[in-house]
Amino acid sequence: MTMQTTALAPAERAIRVLGGDLTERSLRQYLEGLSGVDAVGLEQRAASLATRSIKTGSKAWALDRIIELIDLTTLEGADTPGKVRSLVAKALHPDAGDPTTPRVAAVCVYGDMVPVAVEALGAAHGDPDDGLVSVAAVATAFPSGRASLAVKLADTRDAVAAGADEIDMVIDRGAFLAGNYGTVFEQIVAVKDACRRPDGSSASLKVILETGELNTYDNVRRASWLSILAGGDFIKTSTGKVTPAATLPVTLLMLEAVRDWHRLTGEHVGVKPAGGIRTSKDAVRYLVTVAETVGEQWLQPHLFRFGASSLLNDVLLQRQKLRTGHYSGPDYVTID
Amino acid sequence: MTRLTIPKTYKLYIGGKFPRSESGRSYEVLGADGGFLANASLASRKDARDAVVAARAAVPGWSGATAYNRGQVLYRVAEVLEGRRAQFVQEISSSEGVTAAEAGRQVDEAIDTWVWYAGWADKFAQVAGAGNPVAGPYFNLSVPEPTGVVAIVAPQGEASLLGLVRVVAPALVAGNAVVVVADEAHPLSAISLSEVLATSDLPGGVVNVLTGSPAEVAPWLASHSDVDALDLAGAGALEWVDLEIAAAETLTRVMRPEPGVPERSLDRILAFTETKTVWHTKSLI
Repeated sequence: MTMQTTALAPAERAIRVLGGDLTERSLRQYLEGLSGVDAVGLEQRAASLATRSIKTGSKAWALDRIIELIDLTTLEGADTPGKVRSLVAKALHPDAGDPTTPRVAAVCVYGDMVPVAVEALGAAHGDPDDGLVSVAAVATAFPSGRASLAVKLADTRDAVAAGADEIDMVIDRGAFLAGNYGTVFEQIVAVKDACRRPDGSSASLKVILETGELNTYDNVRRASWLSILAGGDFIKTSTGKVTPAATLPVTLLMLEAVRDWHRLTGEHVGVKPAGGIRTSKDAVRYLVTVAETVGEQWLQPHLFRFGASSLLNDVLLQRQKLRTGHYSGPDYVTID
Repeated sequence: MTRLTIPKTYKLYIGGKFPRSESGRSYEVLGADGGFLANASLASRKDARDAVVAARAAVPGWSGATAYNRGQVLYRVAEVLEGRRAQFVQEISSSEGVTAAEAGRQVDEAIDTWVWYAGWADKFAQVAGAGNPVAGPYFNLSVPEPTGVVAIVAPQGEASLLGLVRVVAPALVAGNAVVVVADEAHPLSAISLSEVLATSDLPGGVVNVLTGSPAEVAPWLASHSDVDALDLAGAGALEWVDLEIAAAETLTRVMRPEPGVPERSLDRILAFTETKTVWHTKSLI
C-alpha cells in the first residue's frame, strides 16, 4: 500500500484540517469519515424549501438578484465569435427595453472564446461587485475531463492568459469513482496553481463535480469536501452536458458542505448550480435554499451563481410582467 | 343492492392534460332545474397564462402540418364526437333544459360544423390567396398564414357545445392554437369536447379549454403579449371595449362580440390569418 502513504501536494486548507502529514490515506480517512447523507431527509428538506411563496416586492428583488447572479453561458461546439459577441451584448443589456435591468455576473465560454468575450466587453470587463461583467472559461478538457494533467494545465493557463477571471474546471470523475481521491485532489491543486497570473493575483477556481455522474449523495458530499480542501473557490454542480444536471437536493447538500466549512474555518466558499434551471420559479427556489442554508450574505456574485442560458429570458419575461402588469411573451426578449 | 354513482370531476384542458385549476378553486354547475350537476374548475389568471404557454408551444407543430393533414385531424375530431353523441345529448339536455331531440340536433350540427371546417383546411388558401399580376418576370404570390395563438371567449348562455365548436373549429383550420374560455354556466360539454380532442389526433396544446368566469380571465388573455388574436364572440356582456383597448396595447387582432351562436363562415377562418406575399423569379436565367 505504498500509494496510500504517498504525500499529497501541500494544499493549505487540507493541511490546516488534516494536519501536516497529508497523504492519500489521511485524505481517504477524512472523506470516508464524513457522515452519510440522509437521502430521504435531504429530499424532503429541499421539497419543503421549494414550497415557499415569493410574491410582489420580494419577487421583484429576487428577479433582479437572479440576473445579477447569472453566469450567462454558451458552451456549444458551434459557438462562433459572433455568437459570443451577441452573448456579451445580452449580458450587458439583458432587456433592451428596460435600462433598469441589472447586468449578469459573468459570461461563461470555452477557453478559445475568452479573447472574443474580453474584447466585446471592453471597459465593462471586471468585477461583478463593481457592476461589471467577468469572463469565466471552462477548462481542463471540459466537459469530460478525459485528458492528461499536462493538457488540462495548458488549457487552464491559456484561458487565464487570455484574460479569464474565473476558471470552471471539471474533476476527473473516473478517478473519483475508482476511489483515487488523491489523484482528483492533486489535479485540483495543480489547476488552482495554474490559475495564478504573473502579477501574483489569481483567477477564481470553480470546481465542477458533475453530480449527475457521481451516483450517490454520499459521493457528492465527499467530492464537495475534497474540492474545498484542495482549494476550490466555488463548487459547481454540473457541466450542463449530463442529465440530471443541477437539482435542488444536490445543491442543498453542497450548500451544507459550504456552511460546515464556514463554521469550521470561517472561510467562504461559493456554490454554482448549473444546467437545467430554466424558469424564474426554479431559480427563486434556489435563492430560498441558499438563504435558509448558508444565509442571505451568500446571495452575492462572489458566493453564488447560476450557470444558465435560457433562465435569463424567463426572468426577463417575469420582470416585464411586474413592470407592465400584463403577461409578456417570447417575442419580447432576444433569442441568443 | 343500490349502486353509488361515480360523478365525474370536470377539470381544465391545458397542453393536452387535464389539470385542476392552479388556484384550487371550483364552482358548482347547476342544471336547468336548479339542481346540482357537477363541480367544475374555476380557472385563474395563472391557468390562462399556462394555457397560453402551452398554445404557443403547439403553434409550430400544428401550423407546420400540411393543410391536408390538418383537415384529416379535424375530420377525425368529428368522427370521435359522433361516437360520443349520447353523452353530449345527455349533458346538454340536463344542463340547458332542452329536450333530448333538441340536444341531439345541436350535437349533429356541431359534428357537421367540424366536418365543414375540416373540408376548408386545404381549400381556404386557394380562395384567400392569389397569384398577383406584376410588371416583371416574377411570380408574386399571396398566401394566408396562421396568426399564432388565438384567445377566444365562447358564446355564453346559448347552445353550449355548438357555440364552442363554431368559434374553435375555424381558428384551428389555418393552423392557429387556441385558448378558449367556455360557457360559464354550461361548461360540461366543453370539457367533454376536450376529452374528444384529447383522444383524436389533435396534438396537445393546440386547443386549451378554461372553465370559469370570462370576466375574470378574459382581461388577462386580452392584455397578454403572447396572444396574437382575440375572439370576443361571447364577451357581449363583459366590458369588452376595455378588452379591445388592452388587446390594442400589444397589437392583438380583435373580433368583436356577436349575439348568439356565430354562423359557419369562411370569414371566421380568414380573421385569424395574416397574408404573406412573396416574389419569385419565373425561371433561373
